[in-house]
Amino acid sequence: MKKHLTYLATTALLASPVLAQDLTVTSFGGAYGAAQMEHMIEPYMKESGTNVLFEDYGGGVAEMKAQVEAGNILWDVVDIEVIDLERACAEGYLEVIDQSVLPEGDDGTAAADDFIEDALANECGVGNIVWSVVFAVNTENGEGPQTIEDFFDTEKFPGKRGLRKRPQVNMEWALLADGVAPEEVYEVLATPEGQAQAFAKLDTIKDEITWYDSWSQAPVLLNDGGATMVQSANGRIFAAIKDDGAPFEIVWDSHIYDLDVWAIMKGTEKKEEAMEFIKFATGTVPLSGMQDVAYGPTRASAQALLPEDVKQDLPTAHLDEGVKADGIFWADYGETLGEKFNEWLLQ
Amino acid sequence: MSSLSSQDAANARRQMRRRRLQAFLFVVPLLLFILFAFVAPITTMLFRSVYNPTVAELVPETLTMLEDWDGETLPDPAVVTRMAIDMKRMAGNRTSGRFADEINRALPGMSSVIKSTARGLRRADDAELAANGAEMLLAENDRWAKPATWRAIRSAGQVYTSSYYLTAVDLEYDAEGEIIMRDTQIYKQLYTKTLKMALIITGLTMLLGYPLAFYMSQASPATANFLMVFVLLPFWTSLLVRTTAWIALLQAGGVVNSTLIWAGLINEPIELLYNEFSTILAMTHILLPFMVLPLYAVMRGIDSSFMRAAISMGSNPIGAWYKIYLPMSLPGLSAGALLVFIISVGYYITPALVGGTDGQMISNIIAFHMQVSNNWELAAALGSLLLILILVLYWLFDRFVGTDNLKLG
Repeated sequence: MKKHLTYLATTALLASPVLAQDLTVTSFGGAYGAAQMEHMIEPYMKESGTNVLFEDYGGGVAEMKAQVEAGNILWDVVDIEVIDLERACAEGYLEVIDQSVLPEGDDGTAAADDFIEDALANECGVGNIVWSVVFAVNTENGEGPQTIEDFFDTEKFPGKRGLRKRPQVNMEWALLADGVAPEEVYEVLATPEGQAQAFAKLDTIKDEITWYDSWSQAPVLLNDGGATMVQSANGRIFAAIKDDGAPFEIVWDSHIYDLDVWAIMKGTEKKEEAMEFIKFATGTVPLSGMQDVAYGPTRASAQALLPEDVKQDLPTAHLDEGVKADGIFWADYGETLGEKFNEWLLQ
Repeated sequence: MSSLSSQDAANARRQMRRRRLQAFLFVVPLLLFILFAFVAPITTMLFRSVYNPTVAELVPETLTMLEDWDGETLPDPAVVTRMAIDMKRMAGNRTSGRFADEINRALPGMSSVIKSTARGLRRADDAELAANGAEMLLAENDRWAKPATWRAIRSAGQVYTSSYYLTAVDLEYDAEGEIIMRDTQIYKQLYTKTLKMALIITGLTMLLGYPLAFYMSQASPATANFLMVFVLLPFWTSLLVRTTAWIALLQAGGVVNSTLIWAGLINEPIELLYNEFSTILAMTHILLPFMVLPLYAVMRGIDSSFMRAAISMGSNPIGAWYKIYLPMSLPGLSAGALLVFIISVGYYITPALVGGTDGQMISNIIAFHMQVSNNWELAAALGSLLLILILVLYWLFDRFVGTDNLKLG
């Protein structure tokens, strides 16, 4: 079968063997990775005595697919966006997690009640954070846009808009700015007319868009003047404001929020250790540590530990202004819209 | 003089064989390396673009039963029931997701239909499924009642398929099996654009590299070595560093723009980055050594007395250059051009970093299908087409310029 792909086997031969007792945990790096290191990885190593190798990846399911097809599992635990989780789980790249073994919250609430609903919605993952795609403005440029309609209004607010080069979020925003009701966005986007409407709206700002490829570029663009407003993961802007004193402001209108979950790679030899790690990392105190990068914890008991002023910076305080990213929709239309989006870029 | 005895001849043959074996053993590591790192992966990749057994392995009986179906109405209830039973089995062994992904490619929107159906039927009773499978499947989602869904399953079930190659040139099969244009027209545009950009970059490296190599070949050894360091230094620097250096130079608040504003030449920063211009500029810079090095090597071997002789016999310098020097330096120029062109056709990192919207090349869309959409079959088809394109161009080059004219030094 496909697992005999020779070139993957070659990679397997060349890859250095990991020491048997090490647990390999993979996540997204940056400020987020640093917070996970401090609040999840290091305390876990201290408590369990297990050595954890903490690695970075860029998201997506391609690397998991390659490992599972080659039968050479390099990762044990992986942090994955819900938007990819649907697919990774259904295609058999992840182990099914027994959610009944998750510990109760520090206040004694049973795990099933303590976790927010979406955090345990998929049987392959345990919710880790609530994060959000927002847009941010540089306040040095004077009064900036405050709504998603403003973001698409180049007359009122001239200047470059930094957007991540992919259809996700951009198509949703185009429809929202064009007056589509938040609860109907994905329904409209599933129709050819809705897709045409979204592209037509994006056309109105096309000349003013600066495209980028990874979240780390967003605060850089805003800082060096490459864009006067950028789309960004909220934590990246928060970190720039908090750590570097950057004159940025986060606009929560029409943000698209989503969850990250911890999941276990299918076929890992350390399934039990992996589960132990997840039980620890999604405990009340480690989850509350994610406030460092302004990502909301997925347990009510962890939410309760946060100071009031911090809560205002988390996506969880703004859910009524936002739209939940629809992983099922993007599993259905990700590829088609990806091609259409690239075609539109070339026009 | 006596002739060789048969004993001597056998000895000599044995010695010859041993020597050949020795020579062969020296290249064995290289051959193995090429086999594992080059031939095997490329063959598997090429094979993947036409061979896709996933669906046929997952639902073999359903596909066999679909063979007799007319393609216009809802298939026979027996077929639908078989599908329902297959659905339950796939939900049980967690292969429904792979099935969903394959069918979704043929008919967008099917991924969630299949996954939710699989969830719905996972705990269905086997006996009930065998009896009422058809109704149960149709009750899960009304898209199961549409012939288009079954056509998608049938077409995705083909083990050997040309559909990925059709997609790679913006074509597809319609319901009747006729080849038609796809709604989305993107790949042909991208191939054209990639070739155009590669040609521009090759032309630019020629324009910049030829005079430089000429000057270096005429200069004193000290000057030539000094200049050589300048050619090689960027060559030794990491590709990423060189590309990000261009970002620092060209961005809105970057060195070029702030200098121009300071000099009062412009009021607003001009857009230099994230477009075709910046991609061509950065790639020309990065690929320049590949042009200069073969040119310099060839030019150093040209005796300068040929040019002097031509001029002393009454030719003007330009005529002498055109008739004498250019043909003699042509092998280096062809080698450099071929190198630069082939490398730039498949270039990935630089367009991804500084390309923005219109600096996209075909390699970027191949990466999209490898990493994001997970459509490795289409990526393989696009990659194979690119390979074929390059081979055809190489063949044309061979016919008109001649590859025996190539000289790398």
